[in-house]
Amino acid sequence: MFKIALCVKQVPDTTDIRWTENNTMQRDGVESVINPYDVYAAEFALNIKEKLKKDAQITVFTMGPNQASDMLRELIAIGCDRAVLISDKKFAGADTYATGKTISAAIKSELPDFDLVVCGQFAVDGDTAQTGPCIAQFLNIAQVTYVKDFDKVDDKSIVLNQELENGTKKLKAHFPLLVCVLQGNFEPRRPLINGIKKAQKAEIMVCDANSIGLDGQEVGLKGSPTFVSRAFRNMSTHNAKKYELSADDSAKLLDETLKNKISQFEK
Amino acid sequence: MTDKENSGILLYAQLTENNYIHTVFFELADKAHELAQKLDGVEVNAVMFENPENISGLKESFQNMGISKVFYFDDKRLNEYSTVNYSTLFINLVKEIKPEILLIGATNQGRDLAPRISSALGTGLTADCTGLDINDKGQLAATRPTFGGQLMATILSKKYPQMATVRPNVFKVHNVDYSAPAQLIKKEVSALDGIKDNIGVLEFKKSVENVLNDLDNAEIIVSGGMGLKDKKGFELLKQFAQKIGASVGASRPAVEAGLASKDIQIGQTGKTVHPKIYIACGISGAIQHTVGMENSDYIIAINNDPEAQIFDIADTGIVGDFFEIIPKYLSLN
Repeated sequence: MFKIALCVKQVPDTTDIRWTENNTMQRDGVESVINPYDVYAAEFALNIKEKLKKDAQITVFTMGPNQASDMLRELIAIGCDRAVLISDKKFAGADTYATGKTISAAIKSELPDFDLVVCGQFAVDGDTAQTGPCIAQFLNIAQVTYVKDFDKVDDKSIVLNQELENGTKKLKAHFPLLVCVLQGNFEPRRPLINGIKKAQKAEIMVCDANSIGLDGQEVGLKGSPTFVSRAFRNMSTHNAKKYELSADDSAKLLDETLKNKISQFEK
Repeated sequence: MTDKENSGILLYAQLTENNYIHTVFFELADKAHELAQKLDGVEVNAVMFENPENISGLKESFQNMGISKVFYFDDKRLNEYSTVNYSTLFINLVKEIKPEILLIGATNQGRDLAPRISSALGTGLTADCTGLDINDKGQLAATRPTFGGQLMATILSKKYPQMATVRPNVFKVHNVDYSAPAQLIKKEVSALDGIKDNIGVLEFKKSVENVLNDLDNAEIIVSGGMGLKDKKGFELLKQFAQKIGASVGASRPAVEAGLASKDIQIGQTGKTVHPKIYIACGISGAIQHTVGMENSDYIIAINNDPEAQIFDIADTGIVGDFFEIIPKYLSLN
């Protein structure tokens, strides 16, 4: 049996951010959604499971509050097999280091004989792109980041396409391995009828710090080497002049502005 | 913070596949000197995975950038980037020389490597910083955008080294003259002997578009969003770009809709650019996008929605239809 750990995160819906009078983020009443990149990670894991002719099992891991169970059930409904909710008040305030340590400890505890760990490349809230590599380091396994898709897979190795700044790299990697997945070209799949039934019945395993062998000093805010000393709203310094003109005059304005600016920097 | 035995600033000198030093290194070096001055003039050092003598002019470059020491590893197992080989040697070096600050460019490679190092050392890592400073306690204050750029956070580390990654084109390079040559120090690679890298590169396909359409060094960038509607809109954008000698960029929604390729995406999950002129066409101006281009010297926005957020950060805002204005512009010249 080929064992996949799929790591996902619930994030605030960043298209719906509101601000308080003090320019701090309004968090109450903001809806949580699955991190968009984790949808691709799930698809990647499900594709591997299908290629291996179902002789594969996907266990979803997420760190978060109880409400994250709904997201885990949705992932079971589209074909994942098991789900682990890593949840403890002590986990609050974790930075990427503490998060990587906690998730890797949960994988070691609940799926010690994993072959592959799949993460999204980014989370849209923090967007550090580093939790995946942190997990890989704590698990002491190899990693490939910026993965677009795979060409072929068997139970020993996988051929991956990695998308970099200046081109694409084809890599052959042996398991155990962690991959961080970019956006792929597909429509996210819909739940199956029997998937929904399975999801309703599924038992979500819940882990706290104690059950994965971490003490309170190692997790959450206490276990985090970094902390936010100040948060503030991003304000622009550009000075907008807005023109509503005919298309002809707009084209002339564009022409004048460009000629003017280009001559300035050519001096 | 723990008792401070760490000192100095270490920079990662990443090589491109053509064996040049990545430009982000020079941007980091410039900023590192500014930080070093606030730390009583500590040393600024570099680490690289190639013998600097093998690259012509590199020793002089290091001197010009005011690098005191260059620690380097020279071994054929390092010819191709390998997460496990590079991180193993890097971690050992940091344990040995104990810098107080470690800065790495937030390239694909830097973002792959840096979290391995920070996790192994039990320290923190602040990713994709847009500002670095030393606070009144002598700590690295690293500022970065979060929540798609809508919130800025200044982050401190309780552990050493204080690590940060910075994207290319965020910091500017100033010309400073340094007289002392950099000292080149070769380090042992015996730690590689016990490692089996279970990842092998089969092939690398260089993106041709990327060479012809250089966003990093462009003086003018024209960029398209969902307002361009379809690939024909991007064809018109390319004609416009050719006319004025600009490179072409795109917003995330345009890339996700398949109108443009991922490697020209500008914004939080794409590239950061700072051209002299940035022309945003049919881009609404979500902060996800603007965080990657708001440092441009001059911003022109064309959008048919007078309420579009892009006008809040533009210097000249033109309310109107891209499909009417650009053909008229092209016929003027």
